[in-house]
Amino acid sequence: MSATVTPLRVNEMPESHESAIAETKPVVQTAAAITPEAAPAPNRIREFSGAVLRAILPPALGLFLFIGLWALIAQDGRIPGPASTWSSAVELFADPFYDNGPNDMGIGWNILNSLQRVGIGFGMAALVGIPLGFIVGRFKFFADMTAPIISLLRPVSPLAWLPIGLLVFKSADPASIWVIFISSIWPMILNTAAGVRQVPQDYLNVARVLALPEIKIVTKILFPAVLPHILTGVRLAIGVAWLVIVAAEMLTGGVGIGFWVWDEWNNLNVEHIIIAIFVVGIVGLILEQALVLLAKRFSYGETH
Amino acid sequence: MEKYVELDRINVIFPTNKGPFQALKDISLSISQGEFVTLIGHSGCGKSTLLNVVAGLNMPSTGAALCAGREIPGPGPDRGVVFQNHSLLPWLTCFENVYLAVERVYGTKEGKPKLRKRTEEAIALVGLSHAAHKRPQEISGGMKQRVGIARALAMNPKVLLMDEPFGALDALTRAHLQDELMKIVVETKSTVVMVTHDVDEAVLLSDRIVMMTNGPSATIGDILTVDLPRPRNRLQLAENPHYHHLRGQVLEFLYQRQMRPAAAA
Repeated sequence: MSATVTPLRVNEMPESHESAIAETKPVVQTAAAITPEAAPAPNRIREFSGAVLRAILPPALGLFLFIGLWALIAQDGRIPGPASTWSSAVELFADPFYDNGPNDMGIGWNILNSLQRVGIGFGMAALVGIPLGFIVGRFKFFADMTAPIISLLRPVSPLAWLPIGLLVFKSADPASIWVIFISSIWPMILNTAAGVRQVPQDYLNVARVLALPEIKIVTKILFPAVLPHILTGVRLAIGVAWLVIVAAEMLTGGVGIGFWVWDEWNNLNVEHIIIAIFVVGIVGLILEQALVLLAKRFSYGETH
Repeated sequence: MEKYVELDRINVIFPTNKGPFQALKDISLSISQGEFVTLIGHSGCGKSTLLNVVAGLNMPSTGAALCAGREIPGPGPDRGVVFQNHSLLPWLTCFENVYLAVERVYGTKEGKPKLRKRTEEAIALVGLSHAAHKRPQEISGGMKQRVGIARALAMNPKVLLMDEPFGALDALTRAHLQDELMKIVVETKSTVVMVTHDVDEAVLLSDRIVMMTNGPSATIGDILTVDLPRPRNRLQLAENPHYHHLRGQVLEFLYQRQMRPAAAA
């Protein structure tokens, strides 16, 4: 009988262990709270601070060297150094939301306007690109049909689309949104399609064996399986969109961070240009990190 | 007894870049209702292909495959499949994985409470009620495979098809699940076709063992009837001379009559 009993025990081991721990935990804590807790506490603090130091020290050193190099280059006086840029930034961010007419608005308004354009163009690209990616990934005929068009248009610089936008929409704002749309749609189509093609055959076999209707296949199997790929596409697209908006706004004008850079160049306010570079970088970083967090939330561990 | 699954002169030929590849040749097999049949053979002999023909995942190139008197048109929930790597959807809990199958089969006829009850019963049948709301990556390999069995059984299939269901498990867990499977099969009176490469598993579980020749053009080499009385107990069988005789016959088929070319060299 022992052989049939052993496997049972092996299988139930994790549970009995858990319950044993749960039962004994309070006892252990009350009995041993004073001695072992007191001893390793300094150790734990040292370990923790060591980890923090290891995490913070390299990037801090990098930034320090970067600023040092910048100050060194700024010595000859052609570009402003870190100190004057900092004081200029403090002044600028003291009142980010002032409004002295369309050509003189606070930095906050400029950032928000750019973000709005990116949001609209990017959102429309997602609405069109993700479903299109599903179709391209799911049906080989459609993939073969669109492949030449996509490979031809994808490497085109987004700004080359600007004149077409200006021609069709006869206005600067929709034209720059159009440029965002066209530049961020390709990563979304391609990543979604690649994701659909990479859905494990096992999952599709489950769908086939259950003879699930197409709508259930999409909602219960394809969409969750492809979601991490979609989010990768979205992340790449937002990076491109944020890169492109600065250039597009330089050309089209209006209120926006790109136009602001160009305006400050015309005013020869170089501190503001450097501040704009940091602002664009930081906003891009935040957008990217937000999507990384979102992607983490929807990534499922391998099940094998 | 009624012939439940009938395969009549099945040939399966896959088109490849190097021309057609004949995986299965001239296979005829009848399986009765309530029978437990295992397919055994060296790897690459097409036993999974044969199982997939019954599942409808592979279509025979020539010949007829029938289930309950009807030609098998393709995959369908009347033939529940337990996959080798369990194939649970990682974004659904165990309960939701089983519910997906239950909903597909009974969703048009029954209300939600009834569907939930069916799902709970299937999970209870494999002894996993306590883990029903865990995700597959939170449970062990043996538990995942049990959920896979629950999913297949919840559909109340005409035939339960199992493709090396315990192949990836350690020996102790495997033995435990084999014992559980025997109980479940008695309880549900299921007809089972199972692919295995484990001789002991085949003899312990089967009514008949279908021994396949090596591929390509694999076919049925021999069929061994396992006339050991049920319920079977692995410890009593260990001292049963007839068990050893049957086991010896399968081994003899696999290692003398169907010695793998690579192993023979």
